[in-house]
Amino acid sequence: MAASGQEVRKKWEPWNDPQEKPHVQLVGVTKRFGDFTAVDNISLDIYKGEFFSLLGPSGCGKTTLLRMLAGFEQPSQGQILLEGSDMAGVPPYRRPVNMMFQSYALFPHMSVETNIAFGLKQDKIPKGEIAQRVDEVIELVELSAFAKRKPHQLSGGQRQRVALARALVKKPKMLLLDEPLGALDKKLRAQTQFELMNIQEKLGITFVIVTHDQEEAMTVSTRIAVMDHGRIVQVATPNEIYEYPNSRYVAGFIGDVNIIEGRVSEVGEGYLAIASEQSGCSIRTRHALDAPVGAAVWIALRPEKLVISMDAPADTRTNCMAGEVWDIGYLGNLSIYHVKLDSGAMITTAQTNRTRDTDRPITWEDRVYLTWTPDAGIVLGQ
Amino acid sequence: MNKGLSWFTWSALIVGFSFLYLPIILLILFSFNESKLVTVWGGFSTKWYVELFNNQGLMNAAWVTLKVAFVSSTVATLLGTMSGVMLTRFGSFRGRTLFSGMIYAPLVMPEVITGLSLLLMFVAISWDRGFATVTIAHITFSMCYVAVVVQSRLATFDHSIEEAAMDLGCPPGRTFFAITLPIILPAVVSGWLLSFTLSLDDLVIASFTTGPGATTLPMKIYSQVRLGVTPEINAVSTILVGLVAVGVLVASVISRRSEANRLRDERLAVAET
Repeated sequence: MAASGQEVRKKWEPWNDPQEKPHVQLVGVTKRFGDFTAVDNISLDIYKGEFFSLLGPSGCGKTTLLRMLAGFEQPSQGQILLEGSDMAGVPPYRRPVNMMFQSYALFPHMSVETNIAFGLKQDKIPKGEIAQRVDEVIELVELSAFAKRKPHQLSGGQRQRVALARALVKKPKMLLLDEPLGALDKKLRAQTQFELMNIQEKLGITFVIVTHDQEEAMTVSTRIAVMDHGRIVQVATPNEIYEYPNSRYVAGFIGDVNIIEGRVSEVGEGYLAIASEQSGCSIRTRHALDAPVGAAVWIALRPEKLVISMDAPADTRTNCMAGEVWDIGYLGNLSIYHVKLDSGAMITTAQTNRTRDTDRPITWEDRVYLTWTPDAGIVLGQ
Repeated sequence: MNKGLSWFTWSALIVGFSFLYLPIILLILFSFNESKLVTVWGGFSTKWYVELFNNQGLMNAAWVTLKVAFVSSTVATLLGTMSGVMLTRFGSFRGRTLFSGMIYAPLVMPEVITGLSLLLMFVAISWDRGFATVTIAHITFSMCYVAVVVQSRLATFDHSIEEAAMDLGCPPGRTFFAITLPIILPAVVSGWLLSFTLSLDDLVIASFTTGPGATTLPMKIYSQVRLGVTPEINAVSTILVGLVAVGVLVASVISRRSEANRLRDERLAVAET
């Protein structure tokens, strides 16, 4: 399964193809509000048909960046190019780009149908065609039964789909989504994420989504740009972001992670040995960073990459940390263990509960050993 | 529920309401009085209403008042809505507080001063006082009421609705008429009604700014009362009270019903998901 997944991925990676022209290009885009720099010198290429996520905590500038793409804000510096043409000075109502607002921003005095038809009417499209296109898109978002309703007669999920339909009906070159699922409850959100992906795939429109929910970004995106304080920290596929974060910030923002401090003690052929007082052992890890002997490094370990055991490993060269079970969280499919190392550091590990019963389950205050393979840890510099 | 009401509560209620409504009830009662003497009951009759409609002076004044009220409230609504929109949309600029304060100031300005200053201005530019000057004066003081009503509605208005319209290809000007105005229309209408009633019952400012041939109903009533109250005045006042009561009733019924409909619709939508 992994192999076939890899193949599909390989087939479509326009960002790795130097022949491919980017659909949207941001060149050194900066936005200042007075003394505050909301977006700081961002350069970014987004390709046609991508489902691109801008991910970051609130206040990181992701919404400002989206609003600049829509034309509600003008960059203080830099250029935004859509299909090669500069968007500077083009007002929102002349851009071939549509936006889905966080509040949905439905017109309260119009029915679902008229809401959706609004954008087409602005383009002076003949009535017959408007009706046909509205019907198509209403069917696409499965709202046929509610076409005559007013927004306040709809539930949150239905409103969300009206907002989506209204933005899609104009067949924009790019659809911008500002926290589109933020107002939905968890179950509905998970379901809607897949609906969004299906719709995006069906229409082939470039989607740029702003979100603070890392799980959502991981689920829907072809690529994610992780943002912090107006800058982009890393742009990569969900898989790369998770397995090869380029900084402690990204490692910590996406998923759970244990960060262990250490110093490079030996640079070997294809491996790095790191002495870490915190873990109480010498760590051997795959060489991934040009760090001289003595440099301070951090090792990021995902909880699920650690194996917990009550027996010390036979091979003394195995990466291993010893400690005491401090807390256990039983989630059904997983169990989360908080292990207090001898140094006092707390390490989280997650184990899949493969069997229904075990003879001697690991319990509180047990002495346990956490082991991991040399390629499981990510070595990070500053 | 009534068990809890003591004699004290009842008497407080009765005293309170009689304090508010006894004078008006007396006025209405005596408008149906047969006798010409205002304070002596001479049997039921509607003859004063008939007389009223034959009283050319009162009818003219009523017509003038309606015209002034209609024109002034319409223009005031236009100007007031514009300033309300502007105050919420412009964001912060230098002197904004002063600016909005200046729009609200006429709300608390003593009427005598407003009237006097308007009179001085009309005299200074030697504009003959009459229908036009009264109308302008009424626009001046009722415009700020509209601005306040519209502005408070816009304060809770989701700005992204306008952005959505622009995003869908609608230029700003058209957005205002297609999206913003329909949504704030109830506030605009109530602003219009408010300035209509303000103009209808204004006596002070009208007396300062009016001229020959443009006597409003309140002025007419006031001047007639100085010569003694006639049952005709009672009759015209009763009609005014009736009009206002009907207006208030209709307005509250409409708003209550739309609110009930909205709640019902929302419950319906939630039940279906």
